[in-house]
Amino acid sequence: MSGETSPAGTRVLLAGLWTLENGAGMEAAAGDIERMGAKSGGGAILIDLAGVTALDTAGAWLIDRARERLTRAGAKVEVRWAAERQAILLDQAHYRSFESAPPRAGSPLVNWLAEIGETLMSAGRDLVAGVSFLGEIVAAMLRAFSRPSRLRPTSITYHVENFAFRALPIIALINFLVGCIVAQQGIFQLSRFGAAAFAVDLIGILVLRELAVLLSSIMVAGRTGSAITAELGSMKMREEIDALRVMGLDPMEVLVLPRLIALLISLPLLTFIADISALFGGLLVGWGYGGISPEIFLARLQNAIGLNTFLVGLIKAPFMALVIGVIACLEGFRVQGSAESLGRQVTASVVKAIFMVIVVDGLFAMFFAAIKY
Amino acid sequence: MTQPPPASAPVPATEPEIVIRVRDVVVGFGEKLVLKGLDLDVRRGEVLGFVGGSGTGKSVLTRAILGLTPKRKGVIEVFGLDIDLLPVFERKALERRWGVLFQQGALFSGLTVLQNIQLPMREHLRISQELMNELAMLKLDLVGLKHDAAGKFPSELSGGMIKRAALARALALDPEILFLDEPTSGLDPIGAAEFDQLIATLQKTLGLTVYMVTHDLDSLYSICDRIAALADGKIVATGTIEELLASDHPWLRAYFHGQRARQLAPPAR
Repeated sequence: MSGETSPAGTRVLLAGLWTLENGAGMEAAAGDIERMGAKSGGGAILIDLAGVTALDTAGAWLIDRARERLTRAGAKVEVRWAAERQAILLDQAHYRSFESAPPRAGSPLVNWLAEIGETLMSAGRDLVAGVSFLGEIVAAMLRAFSRPSRLRPTSITYHVENFAFRALPIIALINFLVGCIVAQQGIFQLSRFGAAAFAVDLIGILVLRELAVLLSSIMVAGRTGSAITAELGSMKMREEIDALRVMGLDPMEVLVLPRLIALLISLPLLTFIADISALFGGLLVGWGYGGISPEIFLARLQNAIGLNTFLVGLIKAPFMALVIGVIACLEGFRVQGSAESLGRQVTASVVKAIFMVIVVDGLFAMFFAAIKY
Repeated sequence: MTQPPPASAPVPATEPEIVIRVRDVVVGFGEKLVLKGLDLDVRRGEVLGFVGGSGTGKSVLTRAILGLTPKRKGVIEVFGLDIDLLPVFERKALERRWGVLFQQGALFSGLTVLQNIQLPMREHLRISQELMNELAMLKLDLVGLKHDAAGKFPSELSGGMIKRAALARALALDPEILFLDEPTSGLDPIGAAEFDQLIATLQKTLGLTVYMVTHDLDSLYSICDRIAALADGKIVATGTIEELLASDHPWLRAYFHGQRARQLAPPAR
């Protein structure tokens, strides 16, 4: 690019590539045009395009923007010697102003407080929605039980296979490992007081009352809860749930009930398996690490726990299943049109379900302590 | 490696420059061959309409040209460069010279329309944010979207707006070739006609070469310079709409002389 100033005015000669490939150079050159024009002090300015070998919309925009700015500054600007195609481009990409929307005002403190308020409100709404959803489920369940043929045993069986049978290996494995870890820690810590044998009591009570059901519930919330939310959510996304409705089928009865009943069956079964594998892990570690032979382990276990210890854990399982199922179905139905919202709801489902499982476990602990069971 | 002459080399006026040359391309999935030795030329500055029944491999060829689907055999040259032999860097440079409008728009759902249009600029160019904003808004203007669409997310747009926003993104780097995959599908007839006109206008003003996969007979009649028809894994006919109307290939006869086509056909001359 070059320029020459004569008494008649300034003549700016543009040359070379005015395309995006040469983006930075082009932008600098456009700045040069404006500066050169400004220096000429209000005289006539001629922008000569004869030397431009290639022009695209970006180049045309920059040239026209420079022209516009110089004109606003009071110069008389003319763009000359554009080839036919270049003239079309200059016309198409002529300068126009894009007034941007004013940024959202508000002090950070107010925004922060507003966000806290919003979060609280949405937590409250979640609770209300959950309770009302539970009511709908109970109503659907009563309707279904009044006509047991509508309970869909095939669907329930299919879901039990998915939720329980296919989850067996992982549930058994993690509980086995946790049983091992608890046994090792118990023996290691208690042996300092010469009470290593009490580790068996520790394992028995801790595993049966709390750990097995808690770990199984968390695992099921992550594995099955997310699957339910994703499945229902993608059905919602593709209007399949609306399709069910217009066919006169109740999504509650067709989709939610079989999954919920399957969960109610699966989680107690899984909890039982979890109990056994955790105790087995404890037994193995007790034998290998603590020198407690299996006979002694079992004998101590029989003394340490009663039927109630086992039942306390097992009674919690259906409630955990209900919590997980209700949250998973509710979040699934909340999915909007986009895949993004599906991802968001699946995450929300898992996080809320795990949180609620722990809360419910805490409530049960208080309850059982109160009734001294 | 001997490079063919660069695309910008002058060509005799009588012989239009071929920007996409497809020769003997075979693409298959498993046992099934979709394209069986297909040849196709796209000339600079034309609008090529690409038709074919559902499942005949229109999208497969498009994806093969774009390098998204591997081919078993054959040569594809874009701007005279064999896309298989290009080193990575030149390949990237080539990809900046084409823009693609996917059937569903393929706008990134986590970005606003403006950010969608700016993404290729941000990745490939070193220009100021101010210019990037202005250029993105200019593209929005060119495709006929209102300025307030800039801050919206794709989920907040209607079908027609998504197509327009996706077209604006395809035009972000001022490509020389524009690939359109069923640009008017899912639009109402008025919206489709407007979109056709928009493509015709942009093609003329920006000097684009347009490769358009379409089912829309209206588009074929109104904006395509040439039409290529795909059947049985091969191009069975290419030419202007008149030439294809005169063809006696059974699929073409069914396509152009069927119930729906007859209503559109120009009166007998």
